[in-house]
Amino acid sequence: MTGVQDKTRLNHGIDLTSLDRVQAANRIENEQIALEVENLDLYYGAKHALHGVNMKIARNKVTAFIGPSGCGKSTLLRCFNRMNDLVDGCRVEGQLKLDGKNIYDRDVDIAMLRRRVGMVFQKPNPFPKSIYENVAYGLRLAGINKKRVIDETVEWALKGAALWDEVKDRLDDSALGLSGGQQQRLVIARAIAIHPDVILLDEPCSALDPISTLKVEELINELKHKYTIVIVTHNMQQAARVSDYTAFMYVGDLIEFGNTDQLFTKPSKKQTEDYITGRYG
Amino acid sequence: MTTPGYKSHISSQFNAELEDVRQRVLAMGGLVEQQIIDATRALMELDAELAESVFRADDKVDQLEVYIDDECSRILARRQPTASDLRLVHAVIKTITDLERIGDESHKIAKMAHELSAQERIYENMVETGHLSRQVSQMVRAALDAFARMDADAALAVVREDAVIDREYEALLRQCITYMMEEPRTIGRVIDLIWAVRSLERIGDHAKNIAEYVIYFVKGKDVRHVSIEQMEKEVRGS
Repeated sequence: MTGVQDKTRLNHGIDLTSLDRVQAANRIENEQIALEVENLDLYYGAKHALHGVNMKIARNKVTAFIGPSGCGKSTLLRCFNRMNDLVDGCRVEGQLKLDGKNIYDRDVDIAMLRRRVGMVFQKPNPFPKSIYENVAYGLRLAGINKKRVIDETVEWALKGAALWDEVKDRLDDSALGLSGGQQQRLVIARAIAIHPDVILLDEPCSALDPISTLKVEELINELKHKYTIVIVTHNMQQAARVSDYTAFMYVGDLIEFGNTDQLFTKPSKKQTEDYITGRYG
Repeated sequence: MTTPGYKSHISSQFNAELEDVRQRVLAMGGLVEQQIIDATRALMELDAELAESVFRADDKVDQLEVYIDDECSRILARRQPTASDLRLVHAVIKTITDLERIGDESHKIAKMAHELSAQERIYENMVETGHLSRQVSQMVRAALDAFARMDADAALAVVREDAVIDREYEALLRQCITYMMEEPRTIGRVIDLIWAVRSLERIGDHAKNIAEYVIYFVKGKDVRHVSIEQMEKEVRGS
Protein backbone atom coordinates (compact mmCIF):
# COMPACT_ATOMS: atom_id res chain seq x y z
CA MET A 1 0.00 0.00 0.00
CA THR A 2 2.77 2.40 -0.77
CA GLY A 3 0.37 4.32 -2.98
CA VAL A 4 -1.35 5.98 -0.08
CA GLN A 5 1.92 6.66 1.58
CA ASP A 6 3.44 8.25 -1.50
CA LYS A 7 0.38 10.36 -2.08
CA THR A 8 0.45 11.86 1.39
CA ARG A 9 4.16 12.29 1.10
CA LEU A 10 3.81 14.26 -2.09
CA ASN A 11 1.89 16.88 -0.18
CA HIS A 12 4.52 17.11 2.49
CA GLY A 13 6.37 20.30 2.89
CA ILE A 14 4.64 22.01 -0.04
CA ASP A 15 1.90 24.04 1.46
CA LEU A 16 0.45 21.96 4.25
CA THR A 17 3.09 23.13 6.63
CA SER A 18 2.60 26.72 5.57
CA LEU A 19 0.20 28.45 7.90
CA ASP A 20 0.08 31.86 6.23
CA ARG A 21 -3.27 31.33 4.56
CA VAL A 22 -5.08 29.90 7.53
CA GLN A 23 -3.80 32.40 10.00
CA ALA A 24 -5.57 35.24 8.24
CA ALA A 25 -8.67 34.76 10.35
CA ASN A 26 -11.98 36.35 9.52
CA ARG A 27 -12.19 39.85 10.85
CA ILE A 28 -15.13 42.12 10.26
CA GLU A 29 -12.72 44.96 9.50
CA ASN A 30 -11.53 43.05 6.45
CA GLU A 31 -14.97 42.34 5.07
CA GLN A 32 -17.12 44.13 2.57
CA ILE A 33 -20.13 45.38 4.43
CA ALA A 34 -23.61 44.69 3.07
CA LEU A 35 -25.72 45.98 5.93
CA GLU A 36 -24.87 48.43 8.63
CA VAL A 37 -26.92 48.99 11.74
CA GLU A 38 -26.32 52.33 13.45
CA ASN A 39 -27.74 53.25 16.85
CA LEU A 40 -30.91 51.35 16.17
CA ASP A 41 -33.63 51.67 18.80
CA LEU A 42 -36.96 49.96 18.42
CA TYR A 43 -40.11 50.43 20.45
CA TYR A 44 -43.25 48.32 20.49
CA GLY A 45 -45.56 51.00 21.89
CA ALA A 46 -43.97 51.89 25.22
CA LYS A 47 -41.75 48.83 25.29
CA HIS A 48 -38.16 49.55 24.38
CA ALA A 49 -37.24 46.34 22.51
CA LEU A 50 -33.86 47.15 20.97
CA HIS A 51 -31.36 49.38 22.69
CA GLY A 52 -29.02 51.31 20.42
CA VAL A 53 -27.75 48.37 18.39
CA ASN A 54 -24.65 48.87 16.26
CA MET A 55 -23.52 46.12 13.96
CA LYS A 56 -22.07 45.38 10.56
CA ILE A 57 -23.18 42.48 8.39
CA ALA A 58 -20.48 41.18 6.06
CA ARG A 59 -21.28 40.55 2.42
CA ASN A 60 -21.31 36.91 1.27
CA LYS A 61 -20.98 35.67 4.80
CA VAL A 62 -23.38 34.09 7.23
CA THR A 63 -24.19 36.11 10.32
CA ALA A 64 -26.09 34.41 13.12
CA PHE A 65 -28.09 36.01 15.92
CA ILE A 66 -28.35 33.99 19.09
CA GLY A 67 -29.83 34.68 22.49
CA PRO A 68 -32.66 33.60 24.78
CA SER A 69 -36.29 34.09 23.78
CA GLY A 70 -37.37 37.69 23.84
CA CYS A 71 -33.84 39.04 23.46
CA GLY A 72 -34.76 40.89 20.30
CA LYS A 73 -32.95 38.81 17.72
CA SER A 74 -36.01 38.21 15.53
CA THR A 75 -37.04 41.82 15.99
CA LEU A 76 -33.66 42.96 14.76
CA LEU A 77 -33.80 40.54 11.83
CA ARG A 78 -37.20 41.88 10.84
CA CYS A 79 -35.81 45.39 10.75
CA PHE A 80 -33.63 44.39 7.80
CA ASN A 81 -36.58 44.26 5.42
CA ARG A 82 -38.94 46.43 7.45
CA MET A 83 -41.26 43.60 8.38
CA ASN A 84 -41.77 45.44 11.67
CA ASP A 85 -43.66 48.12 9.77
CA LEU A 86 -46.55 45.66 9.80
CA VAL A 87 -46.67 45.68 13.61
CA ASP A 88 -48.96 48.30 15.16
CA GLY A 89 -47.21 50.78 17.40
CA CYS A 90 -43.75 49.79 16.25
CA ARG A 91 -41.31 52.67 15.98
CA VAL A 92 -37.74 52.56 14.78
CA GLU A 93 -35.01 55.12 15.45
CA GLY A 94 -31.50 55.14 14.09
CA GLN A 95 -30.27 53.94 10.76
CA LEU A 96 -30.06 50.68 8.91
CA LYS A 97 -28.07 50.95 5.74
CA LEU A 98 -28.21 48.55 2.84
CA ASP A 99 -25.20 49.26 0.63
CA GLY A 100 -24.88 52.64 2.30
CA LYS A 101 -28.51 53.72 1.85
CA ASN A 102 -30.72 54.00 4.93
CA ILE A 103 -33.69 51.72 4.35
CA TYR A 104 -35.78 53.76 6.78
CA ASP A 105 -35.58 56.87 4.59
CA ARG A 106 -38.93 58.15 3.35
CA ASP A 107 -38.16 57.60 -0.32
CA VAL A 108 -37.50 53.87 0.04
CA ASP A 109 -39.79 51.61 -1.99
CA ILE A 110 -40.62 48.88 0.50
CA ALA A 111 -41.70 46.32 -2.09
CA MET A 112 -38.38 46.82 -3.85
CA LEU A 113 -36.52 46.57 -0.56
CA ARG A 114 -38.16 43.25 0.21
CA ARG A 115 -37.25 42.01 -3.25
CA ARG A 116 -33.61 42.72 -2.43
CA VAL A 117 -33.86 41.37 1.10
CA GLY A 118 -35.69 38.05 1.02
CA MET A 119 -36.96 36.24 4.04
CA VAL A 120 -37.61 32.65 5.10
CA PHE A 121 -39.65 31.91 8.19
CA GLN A 122 -39.63 29.37 10.95
CA LYS A 123 -42.48 27.30 9.59
CA PRO A 124 -42.22 26.47 5.92
CA ASN A 125 -44.98 28.47 4.25
CA PRO A 126 -45.34 27.28 0.68
CA PHE A 127 -48.34 28.60 -1.22
CA PRO A 128 -51.09 26.02 -1.81
CA LYS A 129 -49.97 25.73 -5.40
CA SER A 130 -47.72 23.45 -7.40
CA ILE A 131 -44.01 23.22 -6.68
CA TYR A 132 -43.34 25.02 -9.96
CA GLU A 133 -45.81 27.82 -9.26
CA ASN A 134 -44.39 28.45 -5.82
CA VAL A 135 -41.06 29.41 -7.31
CA ALA A 136 -42.54 31.12 -10.38
CA TYR A 137 -44.84 33.28 -8.28
CA GLY A 138 -42.30 35.89 -7.31
CA LEU A 139 -41.03 36.12 -10.87
CA ARG A 140 -44.50 36.85 -12.19
CA LEU A 141 -44.95 39.50 -9.51
CA ALA A 142 -41.72 41.01 -10.72
CA GLY A 143 -43.25 41.26 -14.19
CA ILE A 144 -41.50 38.34 -15.82
CA ASN A 145 -43.92 36.47 -18.07
CA LYS A 146 -41.84 34.65 -20.63
CA LYS A 147 -42.32 30.94 -20.06
CA ARG A 148 -38.81 30.07 -21.13
CA VAL A 149 -37.26 32.53 -18.68
CA ILE A 150 -39.51 31.32 -15.89
CA ASP A 151 -38.76 27.67 -16.64
CA GLU A 152 -35.05 28.31 -16.54
CA THR A 153 -35.21 30.34 -13.37
CA VAL A 154 -37.37 27.78 -11.59
CA GLU A 155 -34.88 25.05 -12.43
CA TRP A 156 -31.94 27.25 -11.42
CA ALA A 157 -33.53 28.20 -8.12
CA LEU A 158 -34.54 24.64 -7.26
CA LYS A 159 -31.03 23.48 -8.05
CA GLY A 160 -29.63 26.32 -5.97
CA ALA A 161 -31.80 25.20 -3.09
CA ALA A 162 -30.58 21.60 -3.49
CA LEU A 163 -34.12 20.42 -4.19
CA TRP A 164 -34.18 19.91 -7.96
CA ASP A 165 -33.20 16.25 -8.00
CA GLU A 166 -35.94 15.42 -5.54
CA VAL A 167 -38.77 17.25 -7.32
CA LYS A 168 -37.87 17.52 -10.99
CA ASP A 169 -40.29 14.74 -11.96
CA ARG A 170 -43.22 16.21 -10.08
CA LEU A 171 -43.05 19.93 -10.52
CA ASP A 172 -46.79 20.12 -11.00
CA ASP A 173 -47.60 18.34 -7.76
CA SER A 174 -48.81 20.40 -4.85
CA ALA A 175 -46.05 21.86 -2.74
CA LEU A 176 -47.99 20.87 0.34
CA GLY A 177 -47.20 17.22 -0.38
CA LEU A 178 -43.50 17.79 0.23
CA SER A 179 -41.84 16.93 3.55
CA GLY A 180 -41.09 19.73 5.98
CA GLY A 181 -37.43 19.84 5.01
CA GLN A 182 -38.30 19.89 1.31
CA GLN A 183 -40.88 22.63 1.88
CA GLN A 184 -38.29 24.73 3.66
CA ARG A 185 -35.86 24.30 0.79
CA LEU A 186 -38.69 25.15 -1.63
CA VAL A 187 -39.30 28.38 0.25
CA ILE A 188 -35.59 29.13 0.01
CA ALA A 189 -35.78 28.46 -3.75
CA ARG A 190 -38.70 30.87 -3.92
CA ALA A 191 -36.64 33.45 -2.08
CA ILE A 192 -33.56 33.16 -4.32
CA ALA A 193 -35.57 33.02 -7.58
CA ILE A 194 -35.89 36.79 -7.59
CA HIS A 195 -32.15 37.26 -7.01
CA PRO A 196 -32.12 39.06 -3.69
CA ASP A 197 -28.90 40.47 -2.23
CA VAL A 198 -29.64 39.39 1.29
CA ILE A 199 -31.53 36.39 2.64
CA LEU A 200 -32.96 36.57 6.14
CA LEU A 201 -33.64 33.25 7.81
CA ASP A 202 -35.80 33.28 10.92
CA GLU A 203 -35.36 29.96 12.72
CA PRO A 204 -35.38 28.11 9.39
CA CYS A 205 -34.75 24.68 10.88
CA SER A 206 -36.74 24.67 14.08
CA ALA A 207 -39.53 22.62 12.51
CA LEU A 208 -37.18 20.17 10.78
CA ASP A 209 -35.64 16.85 11.73
CA PRO A 210 -31.85 16.65 12.23
CA ILE A 211 -31.04 15.36 8.75
CA SER A 212 -33.18 17.98 6.99
CA THR A 213 -31.57 20.53 9.28
CA LEU A 214 -28.11 19.50 8.15
CA LYS A 215 -29.24 19.69 4.52
CA VAL A 216 -30.53 23.21 4.98
CA GLU A 217 -27.31 24.13 6.77
CA GLU A 218 -25.27 22.74 3.91
CA LEU A 219 -27.45 24.76 1.55
CA ILE A 220 -26.77 27.91 3.58
CA ASN A 221 -23.08 27.17 3.28
CA GLU A 222 -23.40 27.06 -0.51
CA LEU A 223 -25.71 30.03 -0.82
CA LYS A 224 -23.35 32.34 0.99
CA HIS A 225 -21.09 32.43 -2.03
CA LYS A 226 -23.80 34.41 -3.80
CA TYR A 227 -25.84 36.00 -1.05
CA THR A 228 -25.41 37.69 2.26
CA ILE A 229 -27.18 35.58 4.85
CA VAL A 230 -28.50 36.53 8.25
CA ILE A 231 -29.93 33.76 10.39
CA VAL A 232 -31.74 33.82 13.70
CA THR A 233 -31.54 30.59 15.61
CA HIS A 234 -32.42 29.25 19.03
CA ASN A 235 -29.95 26.51 18.41
CA MET A 236 -26.50 27.70 19.40
CA GLN A 237 -24.89 24.66 17.84
CA GLN A 238 -26.47 25.61 14.56
CA ALA A 239 -25.03 29.10 14.80
CA ALA A 240 -21.65 27.51 15.54
CA ARG A 241 -21.93 25.23 12.54
CA VAL A 242 -23.16 27.59 9.86
CA SER A 243 -22.10 31.11 10.65
CA ASP A 244 -19.00 33.17 10.04
CA TYR A 245 -20.04 35.88 12.48
CA THR A 246 -22.24 35.59 15.51
CA ALA A 247 -24.12 38.18 17.53
CA PHE A 248 -25.24 37.37 21.04
CA MET A 249 -28.20 39.42 22.21
CA TYR A 250 -29.82 39.72 25.59
CA VAL A 251 -32.97 41.69 26.45
CA GLY A 252 -32.62 44.13 23.61
CA ASP A 253 -28.89 44.68 23.90
CA LEU A 254 -26.24 43.43 21.57
CA ILE A 255 -23.85 41.91 24.10
CA GLU A 256 -21.16 40.55 21.87
CA PHE A 257 -20.57 40.42 18.16
CA GLY A 258 -17.64 38.81 16.42
CA ASN A 259 -16.04 36.02 14.52
CA THR A 260 -17.89 32.77 15.27
CA ASP A 261 -14.70 30.81 16.03
CA GLN A 262 -13.71 33.39 18.54
CA LEU A 263 -17.14 33.71 20.10
CA PHE A 264 -17.51 29.97 20.59
CA THR A 265 -13.99 29.28 21.80
CA LYS A 266 -13.05 32.39 23.74
CA PRO A 267 -15.95 34.80 24.13
CA SER A 268 -14.92 38.15 25.50
CA LYS A 269 -18.00 38.77 27.67
CA LYS A 270 -18.98 36.74 30.67
CA GLN A 271 -22.66 36.88 29.70
CA THR A 272 -21.85 35.26 26.36
CA GLU A 273 -19.76 32.60 28.04
CA ASP A 274 -22.58 31.81 30.48
CA TYR A 275 -25.15 31.58 27.72
CA ILE A 276 -23.22 29.39 25.31
CA THR A 277 -22.04 27.06 28.06
CA GLY A 278 -25.56 26.65 29.43
CA ARG A 279 -25.00 28.51 32.68
CA TYR A 280 -27.62 31.14 32.20
CA GLY A 281 -29.56 31.70 35.41
CA MET B 1 -17.58 -0.92 15.95
CA THR B 2 -18.22 1.02 12.77
CA THR B 3 -15.96 3.77 11.58
CA PRO B 4 -17.63 5.46 8.67
CA GLY B 5 -15.45 7.60 6.45
CA TYR B 6 -14.94 11.01 7.91
CA LYS B 7 -15.64 12.44 4.47
CA SER B 8 -19.28 11.41 4.28
CA HIS B 9 -20.94 14.15 6.31
CA ILE B 10 -23.79 16.15 4.86
CA SER B 11 -21.78 19.21 5.80
CA SER B 12 -19.03 19.56 3.22
CA GLN B 13 -17.39 22.14 5.42
CA PHE B 14 -17.03 19.62 8.23
CA ASN B 15 -15.51 17.12 5.79
CA ALA B 16 -13.05 19.72 4.63
CA GLU B 17 -12.07 20.65 8.18
CA LEU B 18 -11.39 17.05 9.18
CA GLU B 19 -9.45 16.43 5.99
CA ASP B 20 -7.37 19.55 6.56
CA VAL B 21 -6.50 18.49 10.09
CA ARG B 22 -5.64 14.98 8.97
CA GLN B 23 -3.42 16.23 6.14
CA ARG B 24 -1.61 18.57 8.48
CA VAL B 25 -0.96 15.79 10.97
CA LEU B 26 0.62 13.84 8.13
CA ALA B 27 2.63 16.87 7.08
CA MET B 28 3.81 17.32 10.65
CA GLY B 29 4.68 13.62 10.72
CA GLY B 30 6.69 13.98 7.53
CA LEU B 31 8.69 16.78 9.12
CA VAL B 32 9.54 14.90 12.31
CA GLU B 33 10.43 11.77 10.36
CA GLN B 34 12.98 13.78 8.40
CA GLN B 35 14.22 15.30 11.66
CA ILE B 36 15.05 11.89 13.09
CA ILE B 37 17.07 10.92 10.02
CA ASP B 38 18.87 14.25 9.79
CA ALA B 39 19.64 14.44 13.50
CA THR B 40 21.21 10.99 13.58
CA ARG B 41 23.21 11.66 10.45
CA ALA B 42 24.37 14.95 11.89
CA LEU B 43 25.55 13.08 14.97
CA MET B 44 27.41 10.41 13.04
CA GLU B 45 28.99 12.81 10.59
CA LEU B 46 29.27 15.70 13.08
CA ASP B 47 27.58 17.91 10.53
CA ALA B 48 26.70 21.24 12.16
CA GLU B 49 24.74 22.48 9.19
CA LEU B 50 22.49 19.45 9.14
CA ALA B 51 21.98 19.84 12.89
CA GLU B 52 20.86 23.41 12.29
CA SER B 53 18.32 22.27 9.72
CA VAL B 54 16.86 20.04 12.44
CA PHE B 55 16.52 23.10 14.70
CA ARG B 56 14.75 25.01 11.96
CA ALA B 57 12.34 22.17 11.31
CA ASP B 58 11.54 22.18 15.01
CA ASP B 59 10.04 25.67 14.79
CA LYS B 60 7.79 24.51 12.02
CA VAL B 61 6.76 21.40 13.95
CA ASP B 62 5.89 23.56 16.95
CA GLN B 63 3.82 25.91 14.81
CA LEU B 64 1.94 23.00 13.30
CA GLU B 65 1.25 21.59 16.74
CA VAL B 66 -0.27 24.88 17.86
CA TYR B 67 -2.24 25.25 14.65
CA ILE B 68 -3.68 21.73 14.72
CA ASP B 69 -4.56 22.04 18.39
CA ASP B 70 -6.36 25.27 17.67
CA GLU B 71 -8.16 23.77 14.72
CA CYS B 72 -9.25 20.79 16.83
CA SER B 73 -10.69 22.97 19.57
CA ARG B 74 -12.47 24.97 16.88
CA ILE B 75 -13.96 21.76 15.49
CA LEU B 76 -15.01 20.64 18.96
CA ALA B 77 -16.68 24.00 19.63
CA ARG B 78 -18.37 24.38 16.28
CA ARG B 79 -19.22 20.84 15.19
CA GLN B 80 -19.69 18.99 18.45
CA PRO B 81 -18.32 15.81 16.87
CA THR B 82 -19.66 12.48 18.12
CA ALA B 83 -18.70 8.79 17.83
CA SER B 84 -15.96 8.20 15.22
CA ASP B 85 -15.61 11.94 14.56
CA LEU B 86 -15.02 12.56 18.23
CA ARG B 87 -12.51 9.74 18.40
CA LEU B 88 -10.73 11.13 15.35
CA VAL B 89 -10.36 14.59 16.86
CA HIS B 90 -9.32 13.05 20.16
CA ALA B 91 -6.73 10.85 18.42
CA VAL B 92 -5.38 13.83 16.48
CA ILE B 93 -4.94 15.94 19.61
CA LYS B 94 -2.96 13.17 21.27
CA THR B 95 -0.99 12.24 18.15
CA ILE B 96 0.40 15.71 17.65
CA THR B 97 1.66 15.80 21.23
CA ASP B 98 3.68 12.67 20.56
CA LEU B 99 4.87 14.03 17.22
CA GLU B 100 6.04 17.20 18.90
CA ARG B 101 7.93 15.17 21.52
CA ILE B 102 9.56 13.15 18.74
CA GLY B 103 10.68 16.47 17.31
CA ASP B 104 12.11 17.39 20.72
CA GLU B 105 14.07 14.16 20.94
CA SER B 106 15.55 14.76 17.49
CA HIS B 107 16.34 18.27 18.57
CA LYS B 108 18.32 16.90 21.52
CA ILE B 109 20.33 14.61 19.25
CA ALA B 110 20.97 17.45 16.81
CA LYS B 111 22.07 19.70 19.67
CA MET B 112 24.58 17.10 20.75
CA ALA B 113 25.84 16.80 17.17
CA HIS B 114 26.18 20.57 17.01
CA GLU B 115 28.21 20.76 20.22
CA LEU B 116 30.46 17.85 19.29
CA SER B 117 31.12 19.30 15.86
CA ALA B 118 32.46 22.45 17.51
CA GLN B 119 35.01 20.50 19.55
CA GLU B 120 38.41 19.98 18.09
CA ARG B 121 38.92 16.39 18.98
CA ILE B 122 37.17 14.16 16.54
CA TYR B 123 36.15 10.79 17.87
CA GLU B 124 35.63 7.87 15.63
CA ASN B 125 32.13 6.44 15.83
CA MET B 126 32.26 3.74 18.40
CA VAL B 127 28.67 2.72 18.22
CA GLU B 128 26.64 2.34 15.09
CA THR B 129 23.43 4.32 15.73
CA GLY B 130 22.42 4.46 12.07
CA HIS B 131 20.61 1.18 12.17
CA LEU B 132 18.51 2.03 15.20
CA SER B 133 17.76 5.44 13.74
CA ARG B 134 16.52 3.91 10.50
CA GLN B 135 14.40 1.43 12.38
CA VAL B 136 12.89 4.13 14.52
CA SER B 137 12.12 6.50 11.67
CA GLN B 138 10.63 3.56 9.78
CA MET B 139 8.45 2.92 12.79
CA VAL B 140 7.29 6.53 12.90
CA ARG B 141 6.51 6.35 9.21
CA ALA B 142 4.56 3.12 9.68
CA ALA B 143 2.59 4.69 12.54
CA LEU B 144 1.72 7.65 10.33
CA ASP B 145 0.73 5.37 7.47
CA ALA B 146 -1.53 3.46 9.83
CA PHE B 147 -2.97 6.84 10.80
CA ALA B 148 -3.36 7.91 7.15
CA ARG B 149 -5.15 4.71 6.24
CA MET B 150 -6.91 4.33 9.57
CA ASP B 151 -5.64 0.77 9.62
CA ALA B 152 -5.77 -0.98 13.01
CA ASP B 153 -3.79 -4.00 11.83
CA ALA B 154 -0.95 -1.85 10.57
CA ALA B 155 -1.04 0.01 13.88
CA LEU B 156 -0.76 -3.28 15.73
CA ALA B 157 2.33 -4.14 13.72
CA VAL B 158 3.88 -0.85 14.85
CA VAL B 159 3.18 -1.68 18.47
CA ARG B 160 4.89 -5.04 18.02
CA GLU B 161 7.88 -3.31 16.45
CA ASP B 162 8.51 -1.48 19.70
CA ALA B 163 9.82 -4.67 21.35
CA VAL B 164 12.40 -4.96 18.56
CA ILE B 165 13.51 -1.38 19.14
CA ASP B 166 13.84 -2.04 22.86
CA ARG B 167 16.06 -5.06 22.22
CA GLU B 168 18.21 -3.07 19.84
CA TYR B 169 18.47 -0.33 22.45
CA GLU B 170 19.62 -2.78 25.09
CA ALA B 171 22.22 -4.26 22.76
CA LEU B 172 23.64 -0.81 22.03
CA LEU B 173 23.64 -0.03 25.72
CA ARG B 174 25.68 -3.16 26.47
CA GLN B 175 28.10 -2.19 23.73
CA CYS B 176 28.49 1.23 25.33
CA ILE B 177 29.13 -0.30 28.75
CA THR B 178 31.83 -2.51 27.28
CA TYR B 179 33.59 0.49 25.79
CA MET B 180 33.52 2.38 29.04
CA MET B 181 34.89 -0.55 31.01
CA GLU B 182 37.67 -1.22 28.56
CA GLU B 183 38.63 2.36 27.99
CA PRO B 184 37.59 4.82 30.71
CA ARG B 185 38.94 7.63 28.52
CA THR B 186 35.91 7.24 26.29
CA ILE B 187 33.35 7.58 29.05
CA GLY B 188 32.45 11.20 28.28
CA ARG B 189 31.86 10.49 24.62
CA VAL B 190 30.02 7.25 25.29
CA ILE B 191 27.66 8.93 27.72
CA ASP B 192 26.75 11.39 25.00
CA LEU B 193 26.02 8.49 22.72
CA ILE B 194 23.89 6.84 25.35
CA TRP B 195 21.74 9.97 25.51
CA ALA B 196 21.29 9.87 21.77
CA VAL B 197 20.43 6.20 21.74
CA ARG B 198 18.02 6.79 24.59
CA SER B 199 16.32 9.54 22.58
CA LEU B 200 15.86 7.16 19.68
CA GLU B 201 14.34 4.59 21.98
CA ARG B 202 11.93 7.22 23.32
CA ILE B 203 10.92 8.07 19.76
CA GLY B 204 9.95 4.43 19.33
CA ASP B 205 7.70 4.75 22.38
CA HIS B 206 6.01 7.82 20.91
CA ALA B 207 5.43 5.99 17.61
CA LYS B 208 3.85 3.19 19.61
CA ASN B 209 1.56 5.69 21.33
CA ILE B 210 0.46 7.03 17.95
CA ALA B 211 -0.32 3.49 16.81
CA GLU B 212 -2.44 3.02 19.93
CA TYR B 213 -4.44 6.14 19.12
CA VAL B 214 -5.10 4.75 15.66
CA ILE B 215 -6.49 1.57 17.22
CA TYR B 216 -8.60 3.70 19.53
CA PHE B 217 -9.98 5.66 16.59
CA VAL B 218 -10.71 2.63 14.40
CA LYS B 219 -11.89 0.16 17.01
CA GLY B 220 -13.08 2.49 19.72
CA LYS B 221 -10.98 0.58 22.22
CA ASP B 222 -8.41 2.02 24.53
CA VAL B 223 -5.41 -0.29 24.23
CA ARG B 224 -2.96 1.69 26.31
CA HIS B 225 -1.39 -0.21 29.18
CA VAL B 226 -2.55 -3.64 28.05
CA SER B 227 -0.48 -6.66 27.01
CA ILE B 228 0.22 -7.21 23.34
CA GLU B 229 -1.89 -10.38 23.40
CA GLN B 230 -4.82 -8.50 24.83
CA MET B 231 -4.32 -5.80 22.22
CA GLU B 232 -4.36 -8.37 19.42
CA LYS B 233 -7.61 -9.72 20.75
CA GLU B 234 -9.14 -6.24 20.78
CA VAL B 235 -8.04 -5.50 17.23
CA ARG B 236 -9.11 -8.88 15.81
CA GLY B 237 -12.42 -8.97 17.64
CA SER B 238 -14.99 -6.72 16.07
